[in-house]
Amino acid sequence: MNLASEARVLPPIGNTRRHRSHLDWLEAEGVFILREVAGSCRNPALLFSGGKDSAVVLRLAEKAFRPAPIPFTVVHIDTGHNFPEVIAFRDRRVHELGVRLVVGAVEDSISRGTVKLRRPEDSRNAAQSVTLLETIARHEFDACIGGARRDEEKARAKERVFSFRDEFGQWDPKNQRPELWNLYNARVHTGEHVRVFPISNWTELDVWQYIGREHIPVPAMYFAHPRAVVRRNGLLVAMTDVTPMRPGEVVEQIKVRFRTVGDMTCTCPVESNADTIEAIVAETAHARITERGATRMDDLTSDASMERRKKEGYF
Amino acid sequence: MDGSMLDSTAGEEQASGVVRFITAGSVDDGKSTLIGRLLHDSRAILEDQFAAVERASQRRGQTAVDLSLLTDGLEAEREQGITIDVAYRYFATPRRKFIIADTPGHEQYTRNMVTGASTAEAAVVLIDARKGLLPQSRRHIYLASLLGMAEIIVAINKMDLIDYDEAAFRAIRREVLDFAERVHTACLSFVPISALLGDMVVERGDNLHWWTGPTLLEALEAVDVSRSLHDLPLRFPVQLVTRPDLAGLNGARGYLGRIESGVIRRGQAITVLPAGRHTHVQHIIALDGPVDEAIAGDCVTLVLADDLDISRGDLLAEDSQRPATVHELNTRLCWLANDPFEPQRSYLLRHTTRTVRGRIRAVNARVDIHSLEREPFTGPLKMNDIVHAQFSLQHPIAADSYQANRATGAFILIDEVTNQTVAAGLID
Repeated sequence: MNLASEARVLPPIGNTRRHRSHLDWLEAEGVFILREVAGSCRNPALLFSGGKDSAVVLRLAEKAFRPAPIPFTVVHIDTGHNFPEVIAFRDRRVHELGVRLVVGAVEDSISRGTVKLRRPEDSRNAAQSVTLLETIARHEFDACIGGARRDEEKARAKERVFSFRDEFGQWDPKNQRPELWNLYNARVHTGEHVRVFPISNWTELDVWQYIGREHIPVPAMYFAHPRAVVRRNGLLVAMTDVTPMRPGEVVEQIKVRFRTVGDMTCTCPVESNADTIEAIVAETAHARITERGATRMDDLTSDASMERRKKEGYF
Repeated sequence: MDGSMLDSTAGEEQASGVVRFITAGSVDDGKSTLIGRLLHDSRAILEDQFAAVERASQRRGQTAVDLSLLTDGLEAEREQGITIDVAYRYFATPRRKFIIADTPGHEQYTRNMVTGASTAEAAVVLIDARKGLLPQSRRHIYLASLLGMAEIIVAINKMDLIDYDEAAFRAIRREVLDFAERVHTACLSFVPISALLGDMVVERGDNLHWWTGPTLLEALEAVDVSRSLHDLPLRFPVQLVTRPDLAGLNGARGYLGRIESGVIRRGQAITVLPAGRHTHVQHIIALDGPVDEAIAGDCVTLVLADDLDISRGDLLAEDSQRPATVHELNTRLCWLANDPFEPQRSYLLRHTTRTVRGRIRAVNARVDIHSLEREPFTGPLKMNDIVHAQFSLQHPIAADSYQANRATGAFILIDEVTNQTVAAGLID
C-alpha cells in the first residue's frame, strides 16, 4: 500500500486535531445525518434550490461519501420565477458533481390543474408545496433532504432532524416522533416520507463561515452589487419582469445583496457593501434584523405563515 | 482571509466547539424569561424579533417587554398558552456556540425532558428562590442525572424577590446538595440569578455583590463537554459500506461511520461485533483526507486489512476493551407514546446503527417520579412512565451500560405497525 499515491487522490491533513471548532462539530453532525439517510432510506432525494443553505448541504453530501458519488437524486422545485443566475448556478453545480437532477416545475402543476392561482401574477411560492409533493410521489422518494435551519423561523424551532410526513405530505406539529440521541427513525410506509434537515443546528453566521472555510461556490447575487430597486412596505424590491414598478414608485440604483435567493416575487435584497465572504461574515455577525424579516414578503403576512405552509407540505 | 474570523462563533476569537444544554423548570420558575434573557443579553435576538415581542407585550396589556414571549412557538401553542414540544434555540459567545433544548414544564414533562436531555451535555435546573427545592426540582435533577449530563447547573432564580438574601441562597443550596447525594448526582454547580432583571445571567448586575462565583453564562462556557469521550474505549458503529475506489486500494471496501468514543489509529487491532472477528485498521480517511489517527466525534471511512463480512449495524471495538455481546438486557425504559405498551407484542429495538427485534420479558419496578422511589409495577405501562424492564433480543447487540457510554448504552423502541418511536431505553 502506497500512501503517496493515495495522497494524490485526497490531500492529507496533518495529524489529529484535539481541538474541534464549532464548524467541525456542525460538519460532523451533518455528515453523520446524511450517512444515516443513505444507510436507512430506499430512495432519497436532496432538495437543491441553488441557495446558500442547499449549497452547504450539497458540500456535506460530497464530503460524506467521496470519492464515491453522492447517493441522492438532486431535486429542484422551479417556480418559473427563479432568478436566472440561480438556475445557471444550479446547472453548473449539478454538472460539476455529476449528480442526477430532477426538476419539478410549478408551471406543469398549473397545466395539470393541481395548482390554481387566483391571479396569474400571484406569488408561486406557496404553490411549490404542491409541485414538491407531486414530484415526491412521481419518483417515489421516501426521504427528502433539505437545507432548513431551526434558527430561521419559530415554526422551524421545533422541527425534528428526521421529520415525518404522512401520505398527504402533511406535517403535524402536535404529532411528531420523539427524537432521542442520534437514533433517527426513518421508517415510513409506502406513500409516506421523511424530510431530513442535516443543518438544523446551523445559524446564518455558521453557514457563511463554513462557505468561507470550504470555498463553496454560491450565486453571485449573494455579494453586494448595484441593482435597480424600489422601496415598498419597508423592503427593497428588485425590478424584474414579475415584480414591476407600481404607480408612484421611484426606481433607485442601490448597492445591494441578497440574504436569501427564493422566488423572485417574494425575495428582497438588502442594502450592503459586503462584496466578499469575509465582509458577509462580518455583516452577518453584526446583523440586527433576521434573515427572513429583512427579505421575505411571504413571512410578513402573519405570525404563523411559515407554520401554515409547513403543514401543507412546504420545505 | 482572516482564519480566526471564519472559525470563531461570534466572529471574534477562537471558539471551543458546541455545547448543548437543556433548561428544566416549571411554568412559574421563570424559564422562558431566563431563555429570553440569555438570548437577548448575548445579542442573539434581532430587532425585528424584539419588535414583535414588544407588540405582543403591548397587546397583552403589559408595560414592560415580556422576554418570555421570545420563545413562544407554534400557533396552536399561542392559542392554548402552553408549550407543546421541545424547541431549539441558538446563541454564541466569542468562546462557544450554544444550543438550548427548551422543554415545556407541564404534563408530558418526563417525555419532553428525556428527549431534550438525550442530546444535551448540561442541564440548567431552575429553582424559585421563594419556594426552595420542590418535588418538581427533584424530578428535574433526577432526570438530568439519569440521562448522563456532564454538569447540572442549579440556577436559583427570582433572587430579586427575596432581597438577594445570601443566607436563603445557601440554605437552598444545602438542601439540593443533600438531595443530590441521595440520588448519586455528581457535577452540580449553583448560581443565584434574577432572570427578570438580568443579574448573574450574562451580566453580573449590581445586586449580588456577595456572589464571587461565575455568572450562568460563564458556568455554561466552562462546561467540559469532551470530558471523557476520548478516554473511553473505542466504539465505531458502522453506518454504511462503500467501495471508495481510492488509488492503491484495489477496490477494498470502506466502512463509513462516526467514532462515538475513543481513538482509532492506523494499524490498530480491532474486533468486529457482534460476530467477534479480528482484523486491523489499514487506512483512516477523514472528511478532508487520510489521517493516521482520528478521535471521538470524527466522521471517517475505515479500510480494514481483511475482507470480512461487515455491514451497517456492526460495531468495531478495540480487542482489549470490547463491549458485552448480549441477547438479554436490563434497562430503564421511559415510555413516550400515547399508545400503552402491549406485552404480547415484540418491538423493534434501535441501538447505534443496528435494529433488532426485542420483547419485554418483565417489568420489575416503576420509578415513582414524585418520590423517586422504586415501587412495584402493576401496569399498564403508559406515557411518561419510567420502569425497570428486562428485554430478550432476537439477535445479539454489542452494548455498554448507559453510564459507561451514552452512544452504546442507549436505544429506542419502534412500533413497526405505526412506525412510531414509542420508548427510550437506558441499558443498566
